[in-house]
Amino acid sequence: MVTGIIGRKVGMTQVFATDGTVTPATVIQAGPCVVLQAKGPQTDGYEAVQLGLVENKPAKVNKPLEGHYKKASVPPTRVRREVKIAPGGDAVKAGDQVLVNGVFKGGDRVDVIGISRGKGFQGVVKRHNFRGGAATHGSMFHRAPGSIGASSFPSRVVKGMRAAGRMGGDRVTTRNLKVVQVDAENNLLLVRGAVPGAPGTYIVVRKAVAAKPEPKPQVEKAGKTTVAKKPAAVKKPTKK
Amino acid sequence: MTAVETVERGQLAERPAIKPGDTVRVHVKVREGDKERIQVFEGMVIGMHRGGARATFTVRKVSFGQGVERIFPLHSPVIDKIDVLRTAKVRRAKLYFLRELKGKAARMKETGKKQQAS
Repeated sequence: MVTGIIGRKVGMTQVFATDGTVTPATVIQAGPCVVLQAKGPQTDGYEAVQLGLVENKPAKVNKPLEGHYKKASVPPTRVRREVKIAPGGDAVKAGDQVLVNGVFKGGDRVDVIGISRGKGFQGVVKRHNFRGGAATHGSMFHRAPGSIGASSFPSRVVKGMRAAGRMGGDRVTTRNLKVVQVDAENNLLLVRGAVPGAPGTYIVVRKAVAAKPEPKPQVEKAGKTTVAKKPAAVKKPTKK
Repeated sequence: MTAVETVERGQLAERPAIKPGDTVRVHVKVREGDKERIQVFEGMVIGMHRGGARATFTVRKVSFGQGVERIFPLHSPVIDKIDVLRTAKVRRAKLYFLRELKGKAARMKETGKKQQAS
């Protein structure tokens, strides 16, 4: 069974529950995808599938890639991504179609992988959450990084020192998002909360690798509540 | 139609056309324990925030001399119905200037046409 799908971030909206509670949700145009290559233990040493996202316009690809697509006998796609295979279900082979309703259902926990928005050259406060100094009270230290090491020993800056620089545009995984809704007809997927990247970004939605258990409301013990409630019910009329 | 509109279409509730300057009566469902009742909030719409299923509107009233504003999601299932009582002639989209005014000064001139309560 395929455990993920390629999609495009569309934008955000909100979903009403019947009691008026509003859930923030991201709309993802998920799939339809095709399997380009099934990887197995004999050939590749592990089990996975390479998916391609089917879009309106077939992509222009170079000769070597064209051969890769010919093997699966599908038209070329712009994006290819690999997802793992879960045991169970039919064996997946090249050319198979992968649809969003075949992978996810409402209430599932998913991870969303995408390229975050580029934020340009940023200072240490925004980029690495440094605290910075006081704005007022004569403080002459505002958003500077401060000391970056000792002096004559070691006479250099240790490697990996966090500093200002380009921020964003990285591969980011947002874990454990909840699937709000699956619209099989329009190939739409709604997940709770935000996902990395700007609208239009290609993203991979996969089953959560470390799924959080559903928070359970605390169940009061049946015996205790009846005992606690009865005296209260009796007391009230007597007071009046 | 964009994908976001497709998702929001199913959530849109039928609401009367309201606009800033309208005096409305909003019937809100309130849950108390396992009982449900209707609470009415009556006041003037002083602003609207459009945007599909995310649209909201702000209603202002003066309760015991204290100004009270409440922002409702327009398509919230908590709203039972909205009655439009009066429509005033206003020249701006956000009537925040009403917050500074009291009593007679905060009255607005009605437009000639009467709107049907729905």
